[in-house]
Amino acid sequence: MRIRVNGRSHEFDGDPNTPLLWVLRDTLRLTGTKFGCGAALCGACTVHLDGNAVRSCVTPVQAVGNAEVTTIEGLSEGGSHPLTEAWVELGVPQCGYCQPGQLMQAAALLSAGTPPSDDEIDQAMSGNLCRCGTYARIRAAIHKASQTR
Amino acid sequence: MSGVENVSRRRFLIGTGIAGGLVLGVWFYGSRGERAPAAVVPSGTSRPAFEPNVFVGIAPDGTVTIVCHRSEMGQQVRTSIAQVVADELDADWSRVVVAQAQADEKFGSQNTDGSRSIRRNFSRLREAGASARAMLEQAAADRWAVPVTECRATLHEVVHGPSGQTLGFGELAEAASALEPPPSRDLKLKSPADWRYIGRPTPSVDLKEIVTGQGIFGMDVQLDGMMVAVIARPPVLFGKPQAFDAAPALAVPGVERVFELPTLKPPAGFKPLGGVAVVATDTWAAIQGRRALDITWEEGRNASYDSGAYRAALLETARKKGRVVREQGDVDEALARAHKTLTAEYYVPHLAQAPMEPPVATARVTEGKAELWSSTQTPQVTRREVAQALGVDESGVTVNVTLLGGGFGRKSKPDFSVEAALVSREVGAPVKVMWTREDDLQNGYLHAVSCQHLEAAIDARGQTNAWLHRTVFPPIGSTFDEDQTFASKGDLSQGFVDNPFDIDHMRLENGRAEGHVRIGWMRSVANIYHAFAIQSFAHELAVAANRDPKDYLLDLIGPPRTIDLAAMDVNYANYGDPIARYPVDTGRLRNVIETVSKAAQWGRALPEGRGLGIAAHRSFLAYVATVVEVEVTPDGDFTIPAVWVAIDAGTVVNPDHVRNQCEGGSVYGLSAALGQLTAKDGAIEQRNFDTYEVARMRQAPRSFEVEVVQSTEPPAGVGEPPTPPFAPALCNALFDATGMRIRSLPIGNQLRA
Repeated sequence: MRIRVNGRSHEFDGDPNTPLLWVLRDTLRLTGTKFGCGAALCGACTVHLDGNAVRSCVTPVQAVGNAEVTTIEGLSEGGSHPLTEAWVELGVPQCGYCQPGQLMQAAALLSAGTPPSDDEIDQAMSGNLCRCGTYARIRAAIHKASQTR
Repeated sequence: MSGVENVSRRRFLIGTGIAGGLVLGVWFYGSRGERAPAAVVPSGTSRPAFEPNVFVGIAPDGTVTIVCHRSEMGQQVRTSIAQVVADELDADWSRVVVAQAQADEKFGSQNTDGSRSIRRNFSRLREAGASARAMLEQAAADRWAVPVTECRATLHEVVHGPSGQTLGFGELAEAASALEPPPSRDLKLKSPADWRYIGRPTPSVDLKEIVTGQGIFGMDVQLDGMMVAVIARPPVLFGKPQAFDAAPALAVPGVERVFELPTLKPPAGFKPLGGVAVVATDTWAAIQGRRALDITWEEGRNASYDSGAYRAALLETARKKGRVVREQGDVDEALARAHKTLTAEYYVPHLAQAPMEPPVATARVTEGKAELWSSTQTPQVTRREVAQALGVDESGVTVNVTLLGGGFGRKSKPDFSVEAALVSREVGAPVKVMWTREDDLQNGYLHAVSCQHLEAAIDARGQTNAWLHRTVFPPIGSTFDEDQTFASKGDLSQGFVDNPFDIDHMRLENGRAEGHVRIGWMRSVANIYHAFAIQSFAHELAVAANRDPKDYLLDLIGPPRTIDLAAMDVNYANYGDPIARYPVDTGRLRNVIETVSKAAQWGRALPEGRGLGIAAHRSFLAYVATVVEVEVTPDGDFTIPAVWVAIDAGTVVNPDHVRNQCEGGSVYGLSAALGQLTAKDGAIEQRNFDTYEVARMRQAPRSFEVEVVQSTEPPAGVGEPPTPPFAPALCNALFDATGMRIRSLPIGNQLRA
């Protein structure tokens, strides 16, 4: 089967039930998308399918179909996404492992267009765990990016 | 300086000898054809460990490579170590790259735990930079044939004062390499007023890579021909496979090998748990293969471990007199004659470190040699344990350290790296052993479960004049020696025997408890439950005395003084540092309480359903006070609108990273009040983040205000100290809002009662 990732087409001939996460990481060597739980409970594996945030650890690659997959590597050219810039400016990451998933989730939230409220941020971001506890800075960075957008 | 643009120049150096090779290439002693001899400096000794060349390399093009010998797990140690060295070197920050050290004794201890990286290395890192700077100045003086006193290194070049001539660091590197390093006593360190980088909020050197998905964590290591393994480990400690059928696993496409690992014999120590390894060409095949395995376990003697029954036993022990570890006055007499007494018991369950990246390591084992890429906090321990497990000499084992996706103490244990080495040897190929979340929660090194019993006497004026505290928990030592049932000096030195209260009659006791699971370190360790009990009980006493909790806490602490524990015959570890340099200073503890109270506007009127709570605790030689504001709904759900933290960690290298640790450490403390691991029939019941609760965005504090106390005291710990005060401050706030007292964690549905 063919899948499109970050604007490029790739052939995959393995088990069609393989979660997209492992196709990205093991086959395409796009390791920015992380494994954290394997059960859609932590959000570290979040990618976009046609702009919508999904958990790639529970998304079989065959379910991707013709949708465009975007990973952290393809979110923007050279880290120029307003969220990425806000993340850098506010020094959000600690260990950084969950941050690609946080950024992809936040990017899907911001794509709605209107700046999100705190409650909307809670709603959108509560599926993304961060054990380093960077939540307050993530919140601040989302607010910042949504205002500069 | 634009740190944002500059960070892209600094690459994370990792890989098949790339890091070592590059560093060797720029080593200015390397031009003599050899590296400087290794210095073996055991952790915690006072033996001089100074070797500037271990940390600094300068290339002819002027690139300064600073070697970070500690593991990066979110504390930004790669940045702060480089800040210290670069400052004394007077390097231009934009021309500094950070190389990650492999395991090597020449660095001294590389154990990244105990909040020690800065406090144990600050002076030697400064000296490393200053030594290199002095040699560059000497090389320039020689070139110009002028006195060295007229030469001064400034921002990556040496300037000759009288003539104004300059030579860049790169131009001087080769000449400097021929010089002998000056003796330590001749080094001139900068005055703190001249620091360029130390004390400045410098962005992390890894920031750009992290936010673009380019950072290389242990999970991200890829080698040619690498296979991936997952392991079915015994659910019960010291269990083993009685029988298993490998055929269904081998039938999964991509699964190549299924075999049993050596059975773990007590004590558990750092050794792997045993079980059955499933090795495949890719991760998903390995996971599917393990799922297909059919294993009958022989569970062994820990199969009766039940955390409910164990709790009852701990509590029973805590109600009886234990081994006395500190005593002053006559507590029994004071309690018997008290105007009023108060008794409370506190419980903190088993918890999991649960770093977002589960344990993971990759090994390539060939005849008599092994190379590892590990998400490890302890590269040297990893090297030793791998060498022992393989029966090879340590010199044949290379350990490369990746970025760690969190550590929190779990990755201080090298068991997963040893697994990778054993599996690689068996299959004759490079192998990545990855733990799933289920593995992490069910087969971990658990934070000790604890019960504590406290009694106090309050006199007619409302003053506490007697304090009895018993702590009971399975010690970490039980993991290494099954006969160890009493807490160690180190365990009890974590916020227990160093009780800062000024109370005439005090007795502190410890009761025995056996371990039935592997007990390990978790961020701030025993301080978590000790601070929870002490700071909660202090609040209960304030309420009983009808006093303001903050004022009462200050009264309990008493006047500013240093507490002379030795004079009380208390065996106190002080986190391995001298008490003269790092005394237990109640003045500093009082100061963080006053500071945080002011920031939080303590005492202000709050709307219905809101509450404020305070707690303060000294750990890892730092002083932290926390105020939590909660909002509780009529249904008993709560949110945390704001948190204030004041930290006095002495001299700090990077205040923004200290703030980040205070924020994150607080959230870690919140999680400690939300989650629990329970055991039934010897096995952990929680499997993933659906049943093991950790703080999420909606539960986390919406805002933080962190005050970093300006101090010229020696640097103290930062990574762990913000965690202990959080849970008691939270529960005190919940009491303030609801009148309901949480003495047993997790909070769960107790507010819904």
